[in-house]
Amino acid sequence: MESTIVKDSVVIKSRDFNAYFGTNHVVKNVNIDIPRNQVVAVMGPSGCGKTTYLRCINRMHELIPGASSRGEMKINDEDIYEMHPIFVRLKIGMVFQRPNPFPNLSIYDNVIAGYKLNGIKLARTERDRIVEHSLTRVALWNEVKDSLNKKGSFLSGGQQQRLCIARAVAMEPEVLLFDEPTSALDPISTSTVEELFHELKTNYTLIIVTHNMQQAARVSDRTAFFYLGELVEYDETKTMFTNPKDNRTQNYITGRFS
Amino acid sequence: MNIGSVNYRIGKSIGFQLATILFAFACVVPLLAILFYIVKAGITKINWHFLVNVPKPVGEIGGGIANALVGSVIIILVASVIAVPIGIMTGIFLSENRKSKLAYWSRLSVDILQGVPSIVIGIIAYFWLVKPLRGFSALSGSVALAIMMLPIVVRSTEETLKLLPDSLKEAAYALGMPFHRVIFKVIVPCGISGILSGVMLSIARITGETAPLLFTAFGNPYLTTNITKPMHSLPLLIFNYATSPYNDWHDLAWGASLILLMWVLLLNIFTKLITRKWKVQL
Ligand SMILES: Nc1ncnc2c1ncn2[C@@H]1O[C@H](COP(=O)(O)OP(=O)(O)OP(=O)(O)O)[C@@H](O)[C@H]1O
Ligand SMILES: [Mg+2]
Repeated sequence: MESTIVKDSVVIKSRDFNAYFGTNHVVKNVNIDIPRNQVVAVMGPSGCGKTTYLRCINRMHELIPGASSRGEMKINDEDIYEMHPIFVRLKIGMVFQRPNPFPNLSIYDNVIAGYKLNGIKLARTERDRIVEHSLTRVALWNEVKDSLNKKGSFLSGGQQQRLCIARAVAMEPEVLLFDEPTSALDPISTSTVEELFHELKTNYTLIIVTHNMQQAARVSDRTAFFYLGELVEYDETKTMFTNPKDNRTQNYITGRFS
Repeated sequence: MNIGSVNYRIGKSIGFQLATILFAFACVVPLLAILFYIVKAGITKINWHFLVNVPKPVGEIGGGIANALVGSVIIILVASVIAVPIGIMTGIFLSENRKSKLAYWSRLSVDILQGVPSIVIGIIAYFWLVKPLRGFSALSGSVALAIMMLPIVVRSTEETLKLLPDSLKEAAYALGMPFHRVIFKVIVPCGISGILSGVMLSIARITGETAPLLFTAFGNPYLTTNITKPMHSLPLLIFNYATSPYNDWHDLAWGASLILLMWVLLLNIFTKLITRKWKVQL
């Protein structure tokens, strides 16, 4: 499995990675290589540790009281847990299950929130460029270009989620993490967001937690299957869905448990 | 079920409704009565002369409440400058650290503080500030009032911030924001209407406090802006004049009461407006 990946194209690399909530061991000895400019889907039954693993990648996990982790997690061969969490989060953006634009900010300010709220000063033209570029990337520019000064919370759920993606994209991270990004969206918004994934992977590496197998099959290059905190199988999405090697994966994709 | 019993039930229901209306009205009556009486007694006293002059000695006609008005504003401003930052910071701490030991104890102390009678707070300020500094001062009065404001500011900040969804904070952290920016750029702005309304209510709450000022700010027949010296304030003026034997001093007290009442009323209206206007739609 590892040998199929050219070494320097690996962005995120975990070795014997474990995560805990207090004494509850929820991510167990995960080894994974995420290749650059690919979409990796993370699947598995509810409670198997997908969200927890994802939040370990950008060090959001440690914000929860009592949460801890152990093992190796690297970005471009640099240890994420030896970097400052703020740098980690600037390199690795995140989009959440529920759209969470800042309700006190306009659409415009939401897009550049990562600069504005971090006190990074940008020239007006530079700001305008980032806002237009990011909103165009998430296919939202045409819908909102006349109401950039309205509050972000006025948008529909699907638009809000694309706004949140634009907000993450505006920071030009290397990796984007998505935790069930479409589970709160209607089918049309869902397909818009799915199309985005194809778009985005030319510049970014995407890791997407999803419960929707069709979605995983549609958007991802590789799929990781978690079960009870373990990474059971990790392979090309095509191989995974047509010819899974592990029984548990087979059972899951044939719907024998969820 | 026969018609008679249904009618009886309908009658009972109407009777009950009437009773609730009656009691609701009964609550409004005292307020209206107070308003009516104070307006009636005070309105004729209030004019420009009344607002910009200091009291005259006994026997001389006229005089105003400028010293008390200015004093009240200064004492309350200084109290706010002390209590608001401390209160908001404490509120932030309590909402961020819901389960820590320190949070438990500070929450408990804030709750107890809220129940401490204002006269006791006045005495404390007297022993802590007036005695060591050898003299009454507006500042010591402000400290006493600040102590009274604290619990309201702390609890309203805490309650407001607790209601904000965690997803907001997560969004901010995920963008690489450090803790202080998450708090001051996201959490506080989103809860600003609740925090401000707590501040306004706490000001309204202390505006009429007399007891903590009796042996701290003490009072002063002259206009002063020096907070290290004794200073007059509206409640003190009302207390002194209303208990005096002179009729024209009683009049001044009524006028001052009306001013105080309008102040509190305006604060309440402002609070409502701010809450509505600055409310962040989540
Ligand atoms: N904040 C928390 N505090 C304590 N335990 C938690 C917390 N969040 C999750 N857990 C536990 O960690 C385990 C893994 O949870 P996680 O959220 O990672 O699962 P998941 O695979 O994302 O599930 P789902 O598909 O339902 O989102 C679960 O057993 C859960 O009980
Ligand atoms: Mg999850």
